Amino acid sequence: MRTLRFILQKEFRQMFRDKTILAMMFMLPVIQLGILPLAMNLDVKNINLAIVDQDHSTYAQKLISKIGASGYFRIVTVAPAYKQALFTLENGTADIILEIPASFERNLVREGRQPLNITADAINGTKSGIGSSYLLTVIRDFNRDIRLMSNGQPVASPAGIEIASTAWFNPYERFTWYIVPGVLVLLLTLVGGFLSSLNIVREKEIGTIEQINVTPIKKWQFILGKLIPFWVVGMIVLTIGLLVARLFYGIVPVGSLILLYLLAAVYLVALLGFGLLVSTISNNQLQSMFIAFFFIMIFVLMSGLFTSVDSMPAWARSVAAFLPITHFMKAVRMIILKGSTLGDISPILIYESLFAIGLNALAIWNYRKTQ
Amino acid sequence: MELLINHKSASPADNNAVIECRDLTKKFGNFLAVDRISFSVKPGEIFGFLGANGAGKTTAMRMLCGLSYPSSGHATVAGFDVYRQQEKIKRHIGYMSQKFSLYDDLTPLENIQFFGGIYGVPARVIKERSRELVRSLGLEKEATKLVSGLPLGWKQKLAFAIALFHQPRIVFLDEPTGGVDPVTRRQFWDMIYEAAEKGVTIFVTTHYMDEAAYCNRVTIMVDGKIEALDTPASLMQQFACDNMDEVFYRLARTARRKDP
Repeated sequence: MRTLRFILQKEFRQMFRDKTILAMMFMLPVIQLGILPLAMNLDVKNINLAIVDQDHSTYAQKLISKIGASGYFRIVTVAPAYKQALFTLENGTADIILEIPASFERNLVREGRQPLNITADAINGTKSGIGSSYLLTVIRDFNRDIRLMSNGQPVASPAGIEIASTAWFNPYERFTWYIVPGVLVLLLTLVGGFLSSLNIVREKEIGTIEQINVTPIKKWQFILGKLIPFWVVGMIVLTIGLLVARLFYGIVPVGSLILLYLLAAVYLVALLGFGLLVSTISNNQLQSMFIAFFFIMIFVLMSGLFTSVDSMPAWARSVAAFLPITHFMKAVRMIILKGSTLGDISPILIYESLFAIGLNALAIWNYRKTQ
Repeated sequence: MELLINHKSASPADNNAVIECRDLTKKFGNFLAVDRISFSVKPGEIFGFLGANGAGKTTAMRMLCGLSYPSSGHATVAGFDVYRQQEKIKRHIGYMSQKFSLYDDLTPLENIQFFGGIYGVPARVIKERSRELVRSLGLEKEATKLVSGLPLGWKQKLAFAIALFHQPRIVFLDEPTGGVDPVTRRQFWDMIYEAAEKGVTIFVTTHYMDEAAYCNRVTIMVDGKIEALDTPASLMQQFACDNMDEVFYRLARTARRKDP
């Protein structure tokens, strides 16, 4: 224990003399949590719409103003012919073209039906898909309005089933509620994974590891001496992150804070064990950086931060299910949004603990004092 | 200069060799870095290890320090086996590598405290001794400034003092005076003599031949093998040379290995 105290004293001294680490510790959570969630907005807005109005009737005018008033569309041009509108789609100024044919109003009134044409630029699949369905909804609405107007009384819609949905645990369907806990996990993973993976290998590069290896220091003392300072940094990042979530986005964890910290504490030990293992494998910081980057990229993209794990193919789902970060991400959202209790997340806690023990044991085993 | 080495009076066991090497070999693939070297070092001796770059000096020293596994042969250091008891060896030796390897982002005092601490020197003793040490090294003003600001000569003296701080029985010095000015080199050897007088065995590699003459005995390594081993005086006699430089040239000329 005495030896460990001396190692910790040295590690903390070095850490607090490193301005970059200090800056990272405070700036990273504030700036990244301040910016990233806004950039990751999954709502589709500002869909650029080109309209080809060949009818110039009252009804056409009404439809156009209704679309404009919906708030999702920006009407970039009203072209006289489809050809011109297609040109704006090709050069990227418009995402969707709505074509209103010449006999729009007449056909609607006389025959009660009139097809419309929607052309969407499918390069940005999400935008075109969601944009078209928004547009269909607006048109369906318009359709019901004009039937109401012409008949004077509401018509029974052929599909009489009304669906009312309620978003449980996130009643206002705020995307930030979903994204912010995710970004918090991302931050912890980045800080913990990279800082630890670069540390031991740095001593290898400078040559100080040689002086350490020739002392009677125990391997576990050395690894633990490296792990604890980064663990403290991780917990500070988490604390700042939670404060930012509260101040910027008004997200207050519904569940127990103690449970959240306990879970993060175990996850960090696992992650730092991974970083230290990478550090003992690599010979220089560049190697270490690449290896860590490779894995952390996979961790983050497969964890369900950006995409839903459930919609991945089966092989990807099993990879995701293996990664501790997936479960950590899920549990963090459960505690923050749902108020899950220890009983709910104890399997996840045990799973993280296994990784924490396993990865650190590997790091200790792989650290060689004698080559 | 007070170096604070305080050794118990020689016990019967201390009369035996502190380093004993028989056919010690290190292979890297097909490359024989160290080829069946044998020698023994007596307590309190200054044992010089000479050789051109790439002759295998550092590799041999690393095996003796427990930093590297030998490929074959036998060796004991301070009575402990180099295959199985490296961690026990490490308790009894001090080591200074050819590359400066103290922490640049700590002060001299903090470096002393750290290395003293992990060798198990009690905190109170660390405090007392480090104060004396800083004074004897003339580092009072720099004691609380980062090591990175020190000139190389001072860094090396500090590294040597730290290698001796936990009062080891043997200290291994790997080219300790490389790149150091002549005056500091002279002071450095004064420190080595002082330590040896207190009973510390000094195992030192060098390629400065004037330094070789300061050693009690020297070995000259060529291409991983020991080509000569005796006192500097008898070596000069044996090879009919006036100084160690000539002895070294005559032996090293036969080297076929190039610098790595």
